[in-house]
Amino acid sequence: MTNTSRLWIKNTLVYALLLIGSAVMLIPFIWMLSTSLKESYQVFTWPPKWIPDPIKWSNYVTAFTSLPFGKWFNNTLIITGANIVGAVLSCTLVSYGFARFRARGKNLFFILTLSTMMLPDTVTMIPKFFMFSQMGWINTFYPLIVPLFFGKAYFIFLLRQFFMAIPADLEEAAKIDGASTFGILWRVILPLTIPAIVTITIFQFNDSWKDFMQPILYLSKPDLYTLTLGINFFKSQNNIQWNFLMAASVVTMLPSLFFYFIGQKYFVESITLTGMKG
Amino acid sequence: MEALAEGVSSKKKKRRLTKAERKEERAFYILTGPWLLGLLLFFVVPMIASLWISLNKWDMLTPAKFVGLKNYSTAINHDPLFWQSLKVTAMFSVLSVPLGLVFSLLLSLLLNQAVGGMRLFRTIFYLPAVVSGVSVMVLWMWIFNPQIGLLNTLLGYIGIQGPGWIFDPKWALPSLVIMSLWTTVGGSVIIWLAGLKGVPPSLYEAAELDGAGAWQKFKNVTIPMLTPTIFFNLIMGIIGAMQTFGEAYVMTKGGPQNSTLFFNFYLFDHAFQNFKMGYASALAWVLFLLILGLTLLVVRSSAAWVYYEGERN
Repeated sequence: MTNTSRLWIKNTLVYALLLIGSAVMLIPFIWMLSTSLKESYQVFTWPPKWIPDPIKWSNYVTAFTSLPFGKWFNNTLIITGANIVGAVLSCTLVSYGFARFRARGKNLFFILTLSTMMLPDTVTMIPKFFMFSQMGWINTFYPLIVPLFFGKAYFIFLLRQFFMAIPADLEEAAKIDGASTFGILWRVILPLTIPAIVTITIFQFNDSWKDFMQPILYLSKPDLYTLTLGINFFKSQNNIQWNFLMAASVVTMLPSLFFYFIGQKYFVESITLTGMKG
Repeated sequence: MEALAEGVSSKKKKRRLTKAERKEERAFYILTGPWLLGLLLFFVVPMIASLWISLNKWDMLTPAKFVGLKNYSTAINHDPLFWQSLKVTAMFSVLSVPLGLVFSLLLSLLLNQAVGGMRLFRTIFYLPAVVSGVSVMVLWMWIFNPQIGLLNTLLGYIGIQGPGWIFDPKWALPSLVIMSLWTTVGGSVIIWLAGLKGVPPSLYEAAELDGAGAWQKFKNVTIPMLTPTIFFNLIMGIIGAMQTFGEAYVMTKGGPQNSTLFFNFYLFDHAFQNFKMGYASALAWVLFLLILGLTLLVVRSSAAWVYYEGERN
């Protein structure tokens, strides 16, 4: 009896704390949604109404038509898509090389790869900017897209961990059947690595979708803006119209949420994997 | 380690590679070729270039002029804003990293309880980390709005006149710490939960047999077993906090009164507003060395406080 009542008290306490925590996490989002659906004059009324009256769904249309948010959405989509293709292609090949083949210099290169993860972006920022400007790539998407086709240290590390966990017997068998290196990678290894590839797809989606420092550097024409630059531009206008700004932010967040929910399982697993072996 | 030892022994023998080994080596370099080229193009060459630029006065338009260590000495001896930006970055890190660790650990203990609906709660706590970025910063600017923002509205309900948050020099940095807790705690929680999963139940059972209470179990079993996770979260936290940039760029422009002049923001301003590439590069190297030094300090101290289960004396 005392045990059950103690358990009951404990569970009540746990739920109470969970609910308080969830409120802290969720109320800002509710506040954002609420603002995004208000008439302009209602945004500044005190006390604020949590449920707008009337509910202005048209704010979303206004936000997207008063500024070229549709265009910016497209730009972001193009860059993000190209980044995912680049990262998946290059990192799969490179990490397979690191996981399966012995060569002189391999350890040195692997340590070098890991150490680049500690290097602040600002150290290489200026020379890279100069290099890309010499190539005439300022105000193009190339500086944001091309480097990913060479690989990315974190993903190479992540995929290598996955590859190492796959038993080599399968490849040996395929080798005896006369398959080439690329043939083995394509037919034997890749099908087993789908979860890892989904993971880096989600990670890269997030990195590209939310990237801010690189677009600021390389994209200064409003036509080429990404969503993050667009929102920052929107915010910098003299009279911030919070309802439209919040509507634009909501739309910017939606794809991240969508990707998170479809890939939740992989997402959490890989953070765990790299976190623990980091 | 094994591979390294192997490398050493093969060096000793200094034999020629067999045909199969040469083929394997070729396959390695073909597969990793793009990345090795990328390492050279995007890391090694820019790093050397950046070090060289830091010894020059250069605006990227006219030819560079070699000035030796002058950029570094100017920063240290004649630039109060350099010290201000270091102070801001250090204070932000000292506040946000430990607070983040404590909050996320407590939260993960809560989320590790065996009660129904936990999947939903875990998802909710992770949401801010999923959407983070400029849109979240803009959302928080609105939350911090002194007149009609969420925080002062909630405080107003209980009759408290809230501060000016990011518009008040005293409150601006703490405001950003609060925001960083909201956005980063969820990500660390996932790693804590994985760490908690790895604690063998037998240790808790043994502690219970010895009559340990909940606090003693936490102190003497959970914490020691979690030290590798603390180590990981601490290092990632330090590296991340020291490089804070977007908050200053989007939300405060370093103000008010330079109270949020983050180091990376100050550096960026020098490079792309004032076109002082040499000075900015010197700042970048100072930051890199600071991060490297701090990381090494944590790594070296880890022998004393991080416990790895696989490791036995």
